[in-house]
Amino acid sequence: MTFLPLLKSVFRREMQLAYRRRSDLANPLLFFLIVVVLFPLGVTPDMTKLADMAPGVLWVGALLANLLSLDLLFRSDYEDGSLEQMLLASLPPTSLVLCKVWVHWLVTGLPLTIMAPLLSIMLGLPGNALPLLMLTLALGTLSLSLIGSIGAALTVGLQKGGLLLTLLIMPLFVPVIIFGTGAVQAQVAGLPWQAHLAMLAAMTTGSLALSPLLTVAALRIAVGD
Amino acid sequence: MWQAFVRWFHKWSSPKWFYTMSQPWSFWLGWAATLIIASALVWGLMFAPVERLQGNSYRIIFIHVPSAFLSQAIYAAIAVLGLVGLVWKMKLAFFVAKQCIPVGASMALLALVTGAIWGKPTWGTWWEWDARLTSMLVLLLLYFGLWALHNAMERPESGDRAAAILALVGVVNLPIIKFSVEWWNTLHQPATLKFTEAPPMHPSMLIPFLMAIVGFYLASMAWVLMRTRLEILQRERKSRWVEDELNRFAEGQ
Repeated sequence: MTFLPLLKSVFRREMQLAYRRRSDLANPLLFFLIVVVLFPLGVTPDMTKLADMAPGVLWVGALLANLLSLDLLFRSDYEDGSLEQMLLASLPPTSLVLCKVWVHWLVTGLPLTIMAPLLSIMLGLPGNALPLLMLTLALGTLSLSLIGSIGAALTVGLQKGGLLLTLLIMPLFVPVIIFGTGAVQAQVAGLPWQAHLAMLAAMTTGSLALSPLLTVAALRIAVGD
Repeated sequence: MWQAFVRWFHKWSSPKWFYTMSQPWSFWLGWAATLIIASALVWGLMFAPVERLQGNSYRIIFIHVPSAFLSQAIYAAIAVLGLVGLVWKMKLAFFVAKQCIPVGASMALLALVTGAIWGKPTWGTWWEWDARLTSMLVLLLLYFGLWALHNAMERPESGDRAAAILALVGVVNLPIIKFSVEWWNTLHQPATLKFTEAPPMHPSMLIPFLMAIVGFYLASMAWVLMRTRLEILQRERKSRWVEDELNRFAEGQ
């Protein structure tokens, strides 16, 4: 088969698998909801204080929800052996990884972004910050999925990879969350936010270019053993 | 001359040669480091003049700055060694890279702790969520992640390669640490020592300061060499010469 039909079939397979594990898809979203709900209960129900914290709280919640779902990115394919076959197939492995990460974003990052307005109202975030919040979350979660795929590939061969994945990947998520929340907070404060957004977009495109290569290298280690 | 040097250098890539040659090297480097650090600290802490604005509290730079330098230099070394190991499949590069991790993590921790101690009298706070401090904390977490990845893998060979990939990803943090004091408005002061300018320090402070930096470099090298010797013994335990070496230890006891 040539490149595009093959890629399309991989994409269709991934979407089908995601659809058949609907409960796995719902878990990160529910987790996001619960984390965000814990903040008013744990810190303060005062709406003005919550509004200040809202961009950070939403970003932390989305980041953790994304992290939670990353462990499943390659695991089932690794365990049933299909990952090995895919790496041997004529499809370039980087495009395979990109396809899987893209589907991961479609089923976690995008729903998280769509859920964010509802939760931001509960936290009292000013309405004019909503479009930028959604834009940063959409870009940011894609970047998180891309960077996270490296960690998922490094830990795929381990029985208890989940906690280790968090330890490995969390430091690399730090810049993304800084610029993601920075943009929204700057807009709420009436300051120029374009520079933060540009940095976030640069990180997303940079990780788009580099992380598939590293993910493939990490998957080869896991499959090689 | 050059040929001889290259041949000498290449010999280090054999675990057995490394084990043999690193013994005198770690010994002499270790002693040189001890002497240099001791004299730098005595000079810096007792005889160097008092700083105009910060009084005596500035004296912590003789520990803080060298350890911060080393924590970044060692991370860069881990990434380069990891790349060498991945590209040329040289297992000794992986051994050294692995044993650099605890040394680098100690340096990062020392830099953070001494920085906190220095921050209290000068900034009035132990910790500040400032770009330089945060990026150094990220560096420490990266070291912990590398070590955890090594320990999690069942086969040490896959741990080596996986950690090399992670180390390469983490390299993005190094320029962030370096330029954090220029890109953001931070409490942390910008770099004092630059390659392009004469340092704005009086020689009576500068000389012990540079000595401390050199001493920390030598001490780290000696420490990494010593740790790598043990790593070689453990990883090459099935080879003949290691068995002989271990038997020699057993008989010597």
